[in-house]
Amino acid sequence: MRALDRKLLRNLWSLRSQGLAIALVVACGVATFVMSLASLDSLRLTQQGVYKAQRFADVFADLKRAPESLADRMREIPGVAALETRVRAPVRLRLDTFEDPITGLAISIPDGRQPELNRLFLRAGQLPDPDRGEQVLISEAFAEAHGLKPGDQLAMIVNGRLQRLTLAGIALSPEFIYQIRPGDLFPDFSRYAVVWMNRSALAAAFGMEGAFNSLSLTLSPRHEAAPVIDALDLLLQPWGSLGAHDRNDQLSHRYLEQELEQLEGMARFLPMIFIGVAAFLLNVVAARLIRTQREQIGVLKAFGYGNLRIASHYLALVLAVVAIGSLTGVIAGAWLAGLLGALYQDFFRFPWLQFRLQPATAVLAVAIAGGATLAGTLSAVRAAFRLPPAEAMRPESPPRYRRTLVERLGVGRFLSQPSRMILRNLERQPIKSLLSVLGIALAVAILVLTGFQQGSVNHMLDVQFRLAQQQDLTVTFVEPVSQRAIHELAALPGVRHAEGFRVAPAILRNGHREHRGSLQGYQADSRLFAVLDDQLQPIPLAEGGLMMTDHLAGMLGVGPGDMVQVQIQEGRRARLDIPVAGLVTEYVGVGAYLPQQTLNRLLREGPAVSGAFLSVAPEALAGLHRRLESLPRVAGVSLRERAIQSFRELMDESVMVFTLFAMALAGSIAFAVVYNSARIALAERSRELASLRVLGFTRAETAYVLLGELVVLTLAAIAPGFAIGAGFTWLLTRAMETDLYRVPMILTADTFALSAAVVLGATMLSSLLIANRLRRLDMVSALKASE
Amino acid sequence: MPPPTSEPVFRIRRLTRVFRMGEVEIHALRGVDLDLYQGEFVVMLGASGSGKSTLLNILGGLDKATAGEVWFRDRDLALASEAELTQFRRRHVGFVFQFYNLIPSLTARENVAIVTEIADDPMRPDEALAMVGLEERLDHFPAQMSGGEQQRVAIARAIAKNPEVLLCDEPTGALDSATGVRVLEALLDVNQRLGTTTAVITHNAAIADMADRVIRLSDGRIADVHRNATKASPRDLHW
Repeated sequence: MRALDRKLLRNLWSLRSQGLAIALVVACGVATFVMSLASLDSLRLTQQGVYKAQRFADVFADLKRAPESLADRMREIPGVAALETRVRAPVRLRLDTFEDPITGLAISIPDGRQPELNRLFLRAGQLPDPDRGEQVLISEAFAEAHGLKPGDQLAMIVNGRLQRLTLAGIALSPEFIYQIRPGDLFPDFSRYAVVWMNRSALAAAFGMEGAFNSLSLTLSPRHEAAPVIDALDLLLQPWGSLGAHDRNDQLSHRYLEQELEQLEGMARFLPMIFIGVAAFLLNVVAARLIRTQREQIGVLKAFGYGNLRIASHYLALVLAVVAIGSLTGVIAGAWLAGLLGALYQDFFRFPWLQFRLQPATAVLAVAIAGGATLAGTLSAVRAAFRLPPAEAMRPESPPRYRRTLVERLGVGRFLSQPSRMILRNLERQPIKSLLSVLGIALAVAILVLTGFQQGSVNHMLDVQFRLAQQQDLTVTFVEPVSQRAIHELAALPGVRHAEGFRVAPAILRNGHREHRGSLQGYQADSRLFAVLDDQLQPIPLAEGGLMMTDHLAGMLGVGPGDMVQVQIQEGRRARLDIPVAGLVTEYVGVGAYLPQQTLNRLLREGPAVSGAFLSVAPEALAGLHRRLESLPRVAGVSLRERAIQSFRELMDESVMVFTLFAMALAGSIAFAVVYNSARIALAERSRELASLRVLGFTRAETAYVLLGELVVLTLAAIAPGFAIGAGFTWLLTRAMETDLYRVPMILTADTFALSAAVVLGATMLSSLLIANRLRRLDMVSALKASE
Repeated sequence: MPPPTSEPVFRIRRLTRVFRMGEVEIHALRGVDLDLYQGEFVVMLGASGSGKSTLLNILGGLDKATAGEVWFRDRDLALASEAELTQFRRRHVGFVFQFYNLIPSLTARENVAIVTEIADDPMRPDEALAMVGLEERLDHFPAQMSGGEQQRVAIARAIAKNPEVLLCDEPTGALDSATGVRVLEALLDVNQRLGTTTAVITHNAAIADMADRVIRLSDGRIADVHRNATKASPRDLHW
């Protein structure tokens, strides 16, 4: 081994704790990058894999009822590869162990067989026996929420009639990867279930013998969905079709896509910030570290080593650090991505998870972090080269100091000498101090960025459920009913107030832009529902037009006063032109609202309602839903508080875990930055500190001079860190925006306090470690030579 | 010259100091017996490795004896804890080093103040600087002063707490002869005006002529103690 290589190894060893701190920053940046991108990539891969393996259909249609004979005619439509009809029925379920109302969707499968399309994945048990009508499969999310297993019993109400069922198995379907009740904002696994049962049994229970009310199909290769949809609509219109649609309007697929889009926004943005911050810090820290080697560089040059040899020597040193950090980062990132993927399975009910870490992801992460570190190293090495060896070997000439601004302002006489040293050190090297402040501020900022979600989610829930919707119970009917039903509901015991609403499925168009959703008609003087303006103040619904969410208006490219073409998807399928009356602010969904009377009039119907909002005395809530369930025309009942609660639980489990990971990574970065600053300051000033010890300063007094500077830097960094963090957060909310949610940028005091606390904690920890090093300060040798 | 009192400030008995460098033991001091008296000006001479710096470091509480006794008045420094040694340095010892060891971020006045702020009964910083002839340079930073001036600031810093002993390690080592003389004059002046026991270690034999006593160390032992019958003035020294 050559002497220079041996020196490299020893240097590495003597710089090990700083090297490790740098490696930690590299590792955190790389890990965040790999974690975010690999988990997203894995989810995408899994989605594609599951869709293919389980033969997820391309086109779907729901209708009232059509004879089975129609199926063959539909199969003749050019472009249809495989088509399968089935029966779908809204149901209610009852479990002995669970009080709350449970709604569900029953879907037929060929008796005792796997469906041809949208094949089921059996997690447990087996398919129903073809001759046993009471045997069913149930969705895994629901089974998990209630601890159900094959052989368990439950009751199902179809068409107002109670049926006893036995669980044959637990299943997952590509149609219900995102398992959410239509119209709900969030999944509620314990109150919404999907049930699969033999076609003959379900048809008998739902009055669909020899008929179907739902179908799905796959397209032949190189065929577009649009002409098939048009042909289907033509065939199905007489049979009460709600309009065929492709995957983009399939509920689970649409939500899944949007969730993934949101994750993509986060997964592309967050790691960029992390690795960008890490890169900046690495650049600064590596440069400072190399600067402490200046005299050694001078000595090597004096011996006749060439610049190239020396440069490659230091690059090798830094590369070793980068390699350690990168390897750790890639391994940790892959491991975290696996954990995260498993957590996302709480949201996305994939039957299996395929994990993939693309080499390019890891390579890119390492290249960014490593490149920045090497660039910092090179710039410092180059600065050392510019000096003639004799000068480089001498210690840097005594730095020039002057009185600080604070002192010139006359506050100086209140400062002790050590305090003056702190201030003057900070002010003498303003660039270095600024970079340190910026570095710590960036650490604060990424903490703010990762912590903001909790506050935003709470705010979102608050706006949606406390300001906009105040009903305790929402009842939906199987089909629109007369306004009289509301009076019946209002008369039930415990009901304080009831008001109807009318929702009609519709396609909203502006030119070529369209959105498949619904028109929502609410009471103009509603006490339970309000639309809000951008100041979150309730605004009245407009008689003459639609109030729509700003997000929907953006999607359609319309504003107040513009006309929207509306095609109603039920009844006589009216085509209407309705003006946009105003915009409302909502974080969730894409609503288009108008007064119920207006909607009734547009639909040319009497005062029909599709559902009702109820305000209920809390003590009556439990009894009331049982009562509502027994009403034959009630399709579903949902409880507001329960919905909020279950959503929060879900968020706590998955999203917050991601936040926690990110927090830990951000905290590590904060620590590494602060620690490295302190270590380098210690190296730069050990002589001065030793002099103080010799003069009779105690360890604590000496530590004050060094660590006081660190604390001042940290404190100075907190406010800018908050500001930068707010900026990052704003960018992230923009990146995460989807139809489903607009995560509002809500930064609470908690978030700021936590971020500051983590960074201050990191400073404390660094201080303790550094104070420990101060104990070992060698007074005698520091005085001997001038370094 | 104040006559040595009968009571020594330092009383050293059988002092040994062994450094262990891995497998090797280096005997820096091999049983030194020595007394230093109130107000005397002592020069310790010796080649490198003779043990003079080790002795000074132990006297100043920067290092600890391996065996033997180091009495400062009625306290045995050999038994003192780290914290007690810090207090000892803080209250009783003034140091002057070859490389001055000033704090670059503090002015001359503040470099003195940093010591007087933690001392029990100090003089004023400007008073201490006036004693070394720097009353005009109070507000200059180290980078704005010559080596000789910096060393005189270091002397002012060392004496400002009114220490009982002043320990100087090659105080002229980094200075040219003329500047060195000025520094030595300052040291002697302080010694005579304040009666501070002063020990200067050096390998420069010329300085020995200005001492009350000259102690030669060699190979970790005291080779020779010599009292100057007449002391030379620093001005008459040449090297």
